[in-house]
Amino acid sequence: MQLIELFEESVSVLRTNKLRTALSALGIIIGIASVITLMTLGAASQKSVTERIQSLGANLLTVSPGSQQDRGDFLRSSGSGGTTLTYDDAEALATSQRITTVDKVAGVYSGNAQVSYGSENDNIQIAGITENYFELRNIELLTGQPITEQDNLLMRKVIIIGESMLEDLMEGVVNPVGETIRINGDTYTIIGVIEETESFGFQGNTAYIPLFTAQHILFGVDYVSQIYVGAKSEDIMEEAENQIGWFLLERHGLDTPDDADFSISSQEDILETVNEVTQTFTTLLTGIAAISLVVGGIGIMNIMLVTVTERTREIGIRKALGAKRRIIVVQFLIESVILTFTGGFAGVLLGLGISAILTKVMSLPSVVSFSSILISVVVSCVIGIVFGIYPAQKASRLQPIEALRYE
Amino acid sequence: MIEVKDVTKIYKNGVVETRALNGVSFKVEKGEFVSIIGPSGSGKSTLMHILGALDVPTSGEYVLNNTSVKKMDEDKLAEIRNKEIGFVFQAYNLLARNSSIKNVSLPMMYGDVPKKERYERAKKALFGVDLEDKLQNTPNQLSGGQKQRVAIARALIMNPSIILADEPTGNLPTNQSSEIMDIFDELNKKGHTIIVITHEDEIAARTKRVITLVDGKIISDKKGKHERIEHAID
Repeated sequence: MQLIELFEESVSVLRTNKLRTALSALGIIIGIASVITLMTLGAASQKSVTERIQSLGANLLTVSPGSQQDRGDFLRSSGSGGTTLTYDDAEALATSQRITTVDKVAGVYSGNAQVSYGSENDNIQIAGITENYFELRNIELLTGQPITEQDNLLMRKVIIIGESMLEDLMEGVVNPVGETIRINGDTYTIIGVIEETESFGFQGNTAYIPLFTAQHILFGVDYVSQIYVGAKSEDIMEEAENQIGWFLLERHGLDTPDDADFSISSQEDILETVNEVTQTFTTLLTGIAAISLVVGGIGIMNIMLVTVTERTREIGIRKALGAKRRIIVVQFLIESVILTFTGGFAGVLLGLGISAILTKVMSLPSVVSFSSILISVVVSCVIGIVFGIYPAQKASRLQPIEALRYE
Repeated sequence: MIEVKDVTKIYKNGVVETRALNGVSFKVEKGEFVSIIGPSGSGKSTLMHILGALDVPTSGEYVLNNTSVKKMDEDKLAEIRNKEIGFVFQAYNLLARNSSIKNVSLPMMYGDVPKKERYERAKKALFGVDLEDKLQNTPNQLSGGQKQRVAIARALIMNPSIILADEPTGNLPTNQSSEIMDIFDELNKKGHTIIVITHEDEIAARTKRVITLVDGKIISDKKGKHERIEHAID
């Protein structure tokens, strides 16, 4: 007695009852489809975030005010936190002979201000930057000039705006360079427009002015909210982090890293944190979806129990003709596995379809995780066995006499 | 070849005990054509279950081809049913979804007969019961007599030692029922051992030996034609 024949038997049984077969597989279809969709979306958003963060430059270190314990805070606020870092720190990092690992340094202070053009006005994030900032952050100018050292030292009232600001505030202006806008009553001349790449929430709707202008004219502060440091190469990131760390500790008159009033993070650190977060969410959501698989499995068990009762007489006939218990068990198991397997397969296709649509709508990169497909198919077969074993056992235990008597 | 020795069967339904068979003993030799007759409740169905290895006796012994059925586990019993016994039931008990040829092939599937052999054998068996034009028909496309002939072909397919027929004509009109008995006659002439369980004297009259069962006991065991029919012939 071969498995193939039992398989053929089961297929013909399932075919005679198409609607029931489809409905009982539906639970598995939905369960697997949602698991696939969530896993794919999780992987896709992770990939997207990774790409964005890496586009910021792998050799970039960010020094933020505040203690080391607050590292994660950096992710939440790109703006002002503590007041412990100054432009002089940045300048020292850039010029000291003892710092050998650093290529370029940029200080930045950012805050919000009311910006107006003609009758339009809007509250916009203004970042005061030094001349190396654009290069370190991979920001490209569409037109015009960058902010220079000169602009900074002379506290010129010049501004570089983003595309979205151009569209919102200065609708219809074709060439904004040379136009003036007003911030807190002062007049600023637009010297450039940048492309907005939406790199992880930093540039969104930000306008850039010279750092000193921001500190001394616009906001009236003497500290910076971040110092960006470009290391000479990606391979010496750790060395650079240590060098900068110890250098700043000494400058601030502190003894141990535990006392540090600043924190240093690399893109790698951010990546790790973000990945952890996405991973947690993906796992959580997939877990919830997996519950629906269990529910689907119970549905299969239910329908198999009904089938066994309905086919009591058939089981009796088979046993009278010499079918052994094992064969009856295998026959019913195959039936439930076919149900869950086809359900799982349909679920995979459905899940891939849904995630293809969703990644497109959410403009995420498309990721097909073959491992998740494989896992889903295996899991659905396992569900078929786990939830099919009890009805199959029940069928095999039927006494042939009782079963034949059954009408 | 069949030996029933002091067989008792007691059914327990909670505290109530029903003694369906009470010390039944008889022998059937190869090539015999036996009917077991009795009113309903006489225990003939129970006896048929035991003879068919569908059930085991509470006490006593059932020996089939020199093996005692008492000591067998479920799988062994299944094998006996498959290889030694050909069942013909009152309600035909064909699988409704399957064609005649598939129904006849089923015991061969459980008996590990190679697949390519099965079709030819099943076809031959169906030819033997004059159903060569109904090979692909499902049971609901057949008359009662035709269904019972499919069942007989199925019973014969594994070359069993005994053919056990439980009220084989119970659901059939008279003309079809004598047709079925003709087939049994012919099979017996070819050397098959046949045991027919019935409550109809007319059916019993067509066998060569009649065992009468009342209240779980054999009250008569006569070779030759059934007496009431003999009177009728007289």
